[in-house]
Amino acid sequence: MEITKEELLKMFETMVTIRQFELRAFAEVGQRSLRGAIHLSVGQEAVPTGICAHLTDDDYLASTHRGHGHCIAKGVDVQGMMAEILQKATGTNKGKGGSMHIADMSKGMLGANGVVGSSVPLAVGAALAAKHRGTDQVAIAFFGDGAVNQGVVHESMNLAAIWKLPVIFACENNQYAESTPVEYATPIADIADRAKGYNMPGVVVDGMDAFAVYDAAGAAIGRARAGLGPTLLECKTYRYYGHAAFDNPKSYRSTEEEDEWKARDAIMKFKERVIEEGTLNQAELDETEAAVTEMMDDAVRFADESPDPDLSELLTDVYFDPPKGSLGRSAHLFT
Amino acid sequence: MTSKTTRMLSYRDAINEALQQEMERNPDIILMGEDIAGAAGRADQGFVDAWGGPFRTTQGLIQKFGEDRVRDTPISEAAFIGTAIGAAAAGVRTVAELMYFDFVGVCFDQLLNNAAKMHYMYGGNVTLPFTLLTRVGAGVGSAAQHSEILYALIAHIPGLKGVVPSDAYTAKGLLTAALRSDDPVIFFEHKLLYHESCEVPEESYEIPIGDARTVREGTDITLVGISKMTSVCLEAAELLSAEGVNAEVIDLLSVFPIDYDHIITSVQKTHRLVIVDEDTPTCSVATDIAATVGEEAFDSLDAPIMRVQSPHTPVPYARGLELAYIPDAQRVVKTVREVFGN
Ligand SMILES: Cc1ncc(C[n+]2csc(CCOP(=O)(O)OP(=O)(O)O)c2C)c(N)n1
Ligand SMILES: [Mg+2]
Repeated sequence: MEITKEELLKMFETMVTIRQFELRAFAEVGQRSLRGAIHLSVGQEAVPTGICAHLTDDDYLASTHRGHGHCIAKGVDVQGMMAEILQKATGTNKGKGGSMHIADMSKGMLGANGVVGSSVPLAVGAALAAKHRGTDQVAIAFFGDGAVNQGVVHESMNLAAIWKLPVIFACENNQYAESTPVEYATPIADIADRAKGYNMPGVVVDGMDAFAVYDAAGAAIGRARAGLGPTLLECKTYRYYGHAAFDNPKSYRSTEEEDEWKARDAIMKFKERVIEEGTLNQAELDETEAAVTEMMDDAVRFADESPDPDLSELLTDVYFDPPKGSLGRSAHLFT
Repeated sequence: MTSKTTRMLSYRDAINEALQQEMERNPDIILMGEDIAGAAGRADQGFVDAWGGPFRTTQGLIQKFGEDRVRDTPISEAAFIGTAIGAAAAGVRTVAELMYFDFVGVCFDQLLNNAAKMHYMYGGNVTLPFTLLTRVGAGVGSAAQHSEILYALIAHIPGLKGVVPSDAYTAKGLLTAALRSDDPVIFFEHKLLYHESCEVPEESYEIPIGDARTVREGTDITLVGISKMTSVCLEAAELLSAEGVNAEVIDLLSVFPIDYDHIITSVQKTHRLVIVDEDTPTCSVATDIAATVGEEAFDSLDAPIMRVQSPHTPVPYARGLELAYIPDAQRVVKTVREVFGN
């Protein structure tokens, strides 16, 4: 598949933004001794980047607990994301959701989700909405190798297949669910094979290669837009840090294994390839990285200058149209 | 409670010790859950016991009891919790861990329609020696899907028992009782208690499911605490004593059965009642206690029964909002003042 120079630069910027954002957010959370889990997807950047390169703001995406990369690739503003994680009123979700719950409907971002497998039917629903409206929008359901053993994921695939819905089941197989190796939890070598049971294409993709992801996603999204139904993409990738960043992955995997994956680092390989092919030059790559770093500084500054959520926010947003007395008789105690 | 030897033990270690002692005593106990051991299937590469659950409550068990009795599962709560219930029906005592109680939606059918009903609808033909370990509570910035309490979901369903240990001593005794029970028991661990320690006997002992305990004697008002809220009540009682109010504090310990008698006996002495429950207020355990005491002990009451609970909202992420969400001693004191008309 042909990629324009502009698209290439955009893809590079997206991958670098994901990596820098996550490392920066993690550091800032640590410095401020904020509580709450933060799941880093560092190592997996090629996957959302290659997939979302085919999407517009009108397409949908449903995400997981490891969702920063999905948000960024879908175009969610990093200032709002940083402010959200740093618990500010100007966060994407007013500081009410945090790292695990970022949603932005203006970007088709249906939300990161803390319950494993839970967001998959939401993407199927967004695809149903598109079909109902007769548009060519698509929806991406991101989920991990751990989620593939959750019943709702299978029920969702079946439903999408029988209704030929425009949804891509994008499995990020990063080899682990917390400390559980994929080869223990799943008795087949390729999760993509599960597509057979739902009579849809199942494709194994090198998730460390943004170009490979871009190509496979392009085909799957093309099929979906053409009304041919869902595809399961299994992107084989690796998370470099612990499950929730703090924990030490060395208790369940070897340094050699980590090094093998890091030797295929998606950002590094992307750079090597574009330089070799002469499609982007070193100066362009350096400028992009420097601009991203500046963007991160701005995001942190924005968060720092933002107010904490007002305590009255505790009681808002429970309902769109709050019924009388809906907050319980003791609501006055909270205001 | 025949033990003479006690030592300081954390809530987490007390849970771990109860599991160890009962699994030693009864070779028919099987434990299963996600990452309860960790690095599943990698013993041959030198990786064992890599995780021990998110709060390390099950650490070490696989090394003692082996992978046949301590089983890591895929992320398939409906399947492995249903499997645990089925194995219990077939005569194996099973313990399953649901990592956070917020995830109960994924497997609720197994609890609601199987665990709770099988003994009754099969006319006593099936018995379920099954314990579900799970954890609840806000306060660690885990936001809406990893922080809820939801005791009421369990208390509401006939056929299930639910216990809510408030410290290491009650954790060990209640878990031991659960592991010897022939009814399904939900064991609610509170995330903020894992590192709290108290004196705990070395040998095993049971605290009967359904018995509350009085943790502070008082004469002027009864405060009922549930799990972590018991320490909030004790803190409030100290603040209140400075205002000349002598509060009695009851630690509920079971959300089903609820020890109404214990509470009513106390209210007959103090004539006032405030219930502190971190659960959301509508149709909660606190609401039920208030209703029952109102029905059965109306004549003993000198003031309306009050509840201190979370607001009717999901759990927010930002620290300030989360702190406002969780009932604290200040809010209890404020409510007690209201009870006294101040
Ligand atoms: C229903 C449910 N069960 C368990 C958990 C706890 N948990 C959070 S993430 C996770 C592992 C998920 O693994 P995977 O799907 O591979 O995603 P990854 O973390 O590797 O991105 C688990 C067990 C949860 N959040 N929801
Ligand atoms: Mg994974």
